[in-house]
Amino acid sequence: MSNVFIAFQRNEETRGIVDAILADNPGAVVTEQPAMIKIDVANRMTIKRSTIEEKMGRSFDLQEMQIHLITLSGHLDETDEEFNLGWKQ
Amino acid sequence: MQVDLRTVSIKPLRQTFDHVAKEIGGDKPASRYQEGTIRLQAEGNFHYRPLWDPDHEIFDPTRTQLKMKNWYAFKDPRQFYYGTYTIARARMQETAEADFDFVEQRGLVDTYPTDVRKLALELLLPLRHVAWGSNMNNSSICAYGYGTAITQPCLYHAMDQLGIAQYLTRVGLMFADADALESAKEAWLKSPTWQPLRHYVEDTLVLSDWFEQYLAQNLCLDGLLYPLVYGRVDRLLTEKAGPTVSMLLRFPTEWYAESSKWVDASVKVATSESPHNQQVTSGWAKSWGERAIKAVEPLAQSVFGAGAAKVMAELIEQYNTRASKLGLVK
Repeated sequence: MSNVFIAFQRNEETRGIVDAILADNPGAVVTEQPAMIKIDVANRMTIKRSTIEEKMGRSFDLQEMQIHLITLSGHLDETDEEFNLGWKQ
Repeated sequence: MQVDLRTVSIKPLRQTFDHVAKEIGGDKPASRYQEGTIRLQAEGNFHYRPLWDPDHEIFDPTRTQLKMKNWYAFKDPRQFYYGTYTIARARMQETAEADFDFVEQRGLVDTYPTDVRKLALELLLPLRHVAWGSNMNNSSICAYGYGTAITQPCLYHAMDQLGIAQYLTRVGLMFADADALESAKEAWLKSPTWQPLRHYVEDTLVLSDWFEQYLAQNLCLDGLLYPLVYGRVDRLLTEKAGPTVSMLLRFPTEWYAESSKWVDASVKVATSESPHNQQVTSGWAKSWGERAIKAVEPLAQSVFGAGAAKVMAELIEQYNTRASKLGLVK
């Protein structure tokens, strides 16, 4: 299996999102670049709304993430509560 | 000539200030909330002790019986510093203004039934004095408290309460005229319904232990008063006369749901620090909680009449569950 990844612009808002991804996905690898932050996880990545809300301290709509999103790879499965990236067999 | 563009990655020498790094466990990028909060409290090199309180330094952690190893353990889950706080409140205010405009433009006030209007005004208008009391209390906590992590949100809380007092006043002016505010003040000063609550508010104004004041105001009183007024009574008014008043009370309702998270987090930090803290805070919460129930009861009585006992029992149960979750023991 290969990695899935997601990349965001680096700003105050995405800090909470990245923290949430790191908390929910053990083994995630962060690459910080100028103005961009990329997170790689083997096979599958879960982004949970509840964790982001906890890290940011406010209510959060997962679609707000699109504003900061640069790119991603993997098959996407999105609900109101979770944003999942993975590879379908 | 050929120009090659390339990205140069410049690694910053440090990610944040040393005092912030020490608190967050190493040189990591810190959020603005952290940089605008941690270790901002003046801690030393004070000049004279204040003449009005020679037992303490001007900023002194011993002004409360609560003892903390680290006063910055009180984190605000909403991560409010000046920027985020004002943005959050501006958003809420915009919605509230739109609600007031809506009610005004559609003439919803004129069609509001007179008896329900009387009920709403008699309950809501004196509450602006309660909100003002909370404004004073939270300002006082901010002045005498220790550690920016707890004092900063208290000042925001104080300003919010001032805003709530203003919204209540506007509701009064919309449904009646300035005389209604006068008679509400009369009721606040003289009517037997309001005296236990006024007694409570005035007693909290002169508390000298700021964390006791915090519990008495933000947990014990607001924890019973807000669910009663902005939960139960609001629902009753909506059942009787539609959601007009409910719309106008959107700000305090949403504000209570939001700020409770912060109150819960602060109390939890205080009680879990040490058995000493748990004992002290539980003592305060017990005595003020009992008084708050007595203070709020006549209001429930005036609105719900015979049904008041049932409403109060439910509110008290809710409140007790919340308190025990926060680590306050009976």
